[in-house]
Amino acid sequence: MTRFVLRRVLQGMFSILGASVIIFVVTRLSGDPVVLMLPPEAPEAMVSQMRERLGLDLPIWQQYFMFLSDAVTGDFGNSYRWEMPVLELIRERLPATIYLASAALVFSLMLSIPFGVLSAVWRGSWFDRFAKGVAMLGQAMPNFWVGLLLIIVFAIGLEWLPAYGADTPKHVILPAIALGWYPVAAQTRIVRSAMLDVLDSDYIRMGRSVGVPEGVLIWKYAFRNAAVPLVTMMGVYFASMLGGAFVVEVVFAWPGLGRTVVEALFARDFPVVQAGVLFAALMFVAANLVVDLSYGLIDPRIRNDR
Amino acid sequence: MSLIEPIEPAAALEVRNLVTELRLRRGTLRPVDGVSFSVAKGQTLGIVGESGSGKSMTCLSLLRLLPRPGGRIAGGEVVVAGTDLTKLSDRELARDWRGRRISMVTQDPMSSLNPVYTIGDQVGAPLRYHRIARTRSDARARAAEALGKVRIPSPEARLHDYPHQFSGGMRQRVVSAMAIACAPEVMIADEPTSSLDVTIQVKMMDLYRQIQEETGVAIVLITHDMGVAASICDRIAVMYAGRIVEQGPAKELFRNPAHPYTQSLLSAIPKLGEKRKRLYALGGQPPSLTAMPKGCRFAPRCALADAKCHASYPGETNLGAGHRTNCWRVAEGGAPHAA
Repeated sequence: MTRFVLRRVLQGMFSILGASVIIFVVTRLSGDPVVLMLPPEAPEAMVSQMRERLGLDLPIWQQYFMFLSDAVTGDFGNSYRWEMPVLELIRERLPATIYLASAALVFSLMLSIPFGVLSAVWRGSWFDRFAKGVAMLGQAMPNFWVGLLLIIVFAIGLEWLPAYGADTPKHVILPAIALGWYPVAAQTRIVRSAMLDVLDSDYIRMGRSVGVPEGVLIWKYAFRNAAVPLVTMMGVYFASMLGGAFVVEVVFAWPGLGRTVVEALFARDFPVVQAGVLFAALMFVAANLVVDLSYGLIDPRIRNDR
Repeated sequence: MSLIEPIEPAAALEVRNLVTELRLRRGTLRPVDGVSFSVAKGQTLGIVGESGSGKSMTCLSLLRLLPRPGGRIAGGEVVVAGTDLTKLSDRELARDWRGRRISMVTQDPMSSLNPVYTIGDQVGAPLRYHRIARTRSDARARAAEALGKVRIPSPEARLHDYPHQFSGGMRQRVVSAMAIACAPEVMIADEPTSSLDVTIQVKMMDLYRQIQEETGVAIVLITHDMGVAASICDRIAVMYAGRIVEQGPAKELFRNPAHPYTQSLLSAIPKLGEKRKRLYALGGQPPSLTAMPKGCRFAPRCALADAKCHASYPGETNLGAGHRTNCWRVAEGGAPHAA
């Protein structure tokens, strides 16, 4: 077990390192931040002085190693734009992103678990088709579009919910739906097919043959067996929502990491973009590790094997 | 034939004219077509026949565990303690009967236990849901008791173990413990040992006999193994193509098989010390459920069949002492001998 965790942590570190190289190179391909930071009429001497101050005059590999050696100590430099340490900025914005991603995950599970389970129980029924339709709709529409529709209907039209900001618990509902609807289709499908297999199994029939009530058979006996593939999939979606809520955060003016990174990108605020993407990668890796470790909680066979 | 018919003890389970249908896309099949038998308290009835003869479907019909959608009981009665189970709602059947008064041990012990719950949880389940155990700890204690009854060593310690920590033979014991936990009047065992080693098979059969002596449970044992049937059953019913073609006391049926099909089944058993180049095997295939012969269903494979056999299904002939068969040759007098 310990060896398994160590191996996964090591693998994760390599993934994060890889992500850091890619983002470092790509941001620098996007153009010169100094041009945006200074007025167009600034003299050449001032521009090169500014470059020197930010370390942008050095060769790119030297810049990278400086960034890396600082990052290991927790120093991601200062934001060009907000003029504060990047780490502090991330620490300030990350909780909102985690909050939104968690709410989106809860929303997606609230739909996909009952949809998947009941579709399997009532296979081929009108409910099965209805659930499939609702789920597919979320996958078919891009989430910024879903976000805009939600704002038009529930914020502007019906005036039930706020359209932007993050002041009250109510504020999270619309962005969470916009973000959480997408994975519903895949999750429903995986729950449904896992449940179909499990419901036909001998141990469900055995449970039925000794008088275990149908509801207990479905929601306790069968669902726990069907949950393993769902947990895998859900972990991947959660990780990608943590690191990829950029568009939804912008649409709903959500004060999270995603929107911060998007704004930093437009300002060529390299330290923020680098650190933001690095954190997204970090969370992706962490979420996957948590998923792998959680199998043991669901399935005792995995617990003992490792 | 004895002059005085022995008085049969009160039946724990009586099945009358059971018909089971499977509705599939390509049409409706009848894997069980008018099956009748009864089992007395403390006795074992063996149902033997080839695979596909409807044995397992009969079993599943008794507890109404037919595949859904599509499977349904189309006629007949399944009577336990004066109640016809086919008339009950699903809810009533689950609440008061399944696992409580009639239970089942399935074909494959390896897959009959839920991999993610402990043995204590699973064996305790029938006790909790039938309100025999009122509390969690009571359910545990009674589950341990049931595991002790099936001779699982140190049952208390094993309550917290998961199915994958048991061997195949031990799992079959756990499944049996689940089935007898509530002390049912009837237990159906569908090929309970066919996936186990031969030595373990013998032990399991001994165990069932011991449990029966202790609790008086009536057992319906489904098997395709005539040896197993001979070793444990009081009565035997031979099933062919969805119908019982012959039934009677085990000894009598083995000594004087009346139906040509029973005879061929018995001659397929190799005997110790007998020199034969090849084992006897009955030629041909059982009829397909989609194309049942109009007359006797065994006629296409029967050496003694004549026009009458092909034209209509024979009625029951009583040979005495509860030995009955459906065969035109027997009905017309004289035991046939084909094999």
